[in-house]
Amino acid sequence: MILPFLIIIPLLAAFLITLISGDKDNWAIVLSILAVISLLTLSIFSFFTTGNETFVYEMSGWKIPLTICLVQDAFSTFMLVIVNLIALTSLMFSVSYIKHYSGTWKYYALFMLMITGMNGVIATGDIFNLFVFMEIALFSAYALVAFGGKAEEYEAAFKYAIMGSISSTLILMGIGVLYATTSTLTMANIAAILPTKDPRIMYWVGAIFLAGFGLKSAVMPFHAWLPDAHSSAPAPISAMLSGVLIKALGIYVIIRFFFNVLGAPPIFLTLFMILGSISIIVASYLALGQWDLKRLLAYSSISQIGFILLGLGIGTKLAILGAVFHIFNHAIFKSLLFFNSGAVEMALGTRDLRKMGNLKDALPVTSATSMIASLSVAGLPPFNGFFSKLIIIIAAVQASHVGYAIIAVIGSLLTLVYFMKVQRYGFRGENKIEKPEIQISLGMKSAMVILAAFCIGASILIIPGIREVTLDPVVSVIMNKTGYIYEVLGR
Amino acid sequence: MIVYILCFALFLVGIYGALTKRDLIKIILSIGIMGYAVNLMFILFAYKTDAKFAILIKEGINTNMVDPLPQALILTSIVIELGITALLVTLAIRLFEKYKTFDITKIRRLSG
Repeated sequence: MILPFLIIIPLLAAFLITLISGDKDNWAIVLSILAVISLLTLSIFSFFTTGNETFVYEMSGWKIPLTICLVQDAFSTFMLVIVNLIALTSLMFSVSYIKHYSGTWKYYALFMLMITGMNGVIATGDIFNLFVFMEIALFSAYALVAFGGKAEEYEAAFKYAIMGSISSTLILMGIGVLYATTSTLTMANIAAILPTKDPRIMYWVGAIFLAGFGLKSAVMPFHAWLPDAHSSAPAPISAMLSGVLIKALGIYVIIRFFFNVLGAPPIFLTLFMILGSISIIVASYLALGQWDLKRLLAYSSISQIGFILLGLGIGTKLAILGAVFHIFNHAIFKSLLFFNSGAVEMALGTRDLRKMGNLKDALPVTSATSMIASLSVAGLPPFNGFFSKLIIIIAAVQASHVGYAIIAVIGSLLTLVYFMKVQRYGFRGENKIEKPEIQISLGMKSAMVILAAFCIGASILIIPGIREVTLDPVVSVIMNKTGYIYEVLGR
Repeated sequence: MIVYILCFALFLVGIYGALTKRDLIKIILSIGIMGYAVNLMFILFAYKTDAKFAILIKEGINTNMVDPLPQALILTSIVIELGITALLVTLAIRLFEKYKTFDITKIRRLSG
């Protein structure tokens, strides 16, 4: 069984880093890179060996209603691959980006804890265990947002921590009600018992979980913390937060809970579509007015999360395929864009688009990869963002939700407009920029180039032969709905 | 029934404080109150009139016992809340060092 190692390795790395590393040696970097490389290898291996099957690992020899179980199916391993891929590139980027801070080993230890939390949330099949891992990931995220030690960073971290603890309390309350109703904490058992109880309980718990996990994934009415937290954090952490944290703690749990445990009740699917389209339009509109590059990217994250929720809400097989593909794509290009903003901030000391200029000669790699990422997020062919948005729009039309399809098209066009603005003023502007003194290191460049290659290459995931081994098993896990019960409990 | 309503009222007190107070320390206390209300709710769910603790039952099978699992869950949740509170207080102290105030309406260097 591989899944326990995906939690043990980063946890062990975090403790080893705090034990043996100091300010003057490189143990923290070596340990964390080693840990994340092994995590990525293990998660890719487990993704391709899982296929359409489901494996359940029961901890410490107890049987299912008594134990905490880890569930390995196509969807969880798919998310694990995304988390660990972004974590690896983010670490490569961190090494030289984070060098000028003091006490960098604390950064790496917190980073490892954050990965522990996310991998745990994805792997677990027990709802209270999910809560505990979620808190581990959030703790380290709060601390990492404040890592720079500037006034704005403390302010953003405080805001994030307050919103995070309110949503965690709501989620804990939902878990309490679920336990009182079903007398079990294993998600598959809850899914089996809940339909026999009063349906009002299902709606109540669903509503409170939608508020709680909606706050984590920053869907539009719950988004207030995200632009501050994601724009104040150090760039590699912004990439982790925007790229994977809001998906692992927000979208993944929403899909797992509403599709696999509750069996996708239509009222919540309608809510997903409404919340998704509000997020797409309003966040794109707010992003248009931003001049701070990282703030613009943060608002763009909210709008792209809206696309994912819209796809989930439509609920047909094609729409889920689009949503799952968009989860992958958004992780890739948003992390890349945050790396670009970090490189620019490091070289020029600004993230104001008006103060940036023609970076083509000054920062060739950053400028080229930012172009690829912008075209990709704006949804131009042949980049990956085009295909996932196209699939969502086609699925909306097929399911005769033409209004939502139009909203998605408008949102996509607005995305194109504000990324034109980024390119026009930021990376290909008129200001003359001298060659900066600070060099962008090889690690940062290679992190950007790897993700840019994924932006172009990920489009092949949609080719039928490849789709059948990569995306289709994930979609079938989600579309299987409460078939999850039989997969996990084996009856 | 009345205890559940009181417990929910306590939760609402916490939410009200977190949303309306301007003082950082009062916001942190409100978050704590919300946490206590949820912990109390778990304990109320597990409670049975005249029941025994599972650990105190010496011999035989006694079906009338208090569910011990929520108490174990609450211990975990209390530890998590301790961590959160410590982190929030640390951030509040650092914010006071930077801004010389605890008033959130004066701590707004980040634009909305």
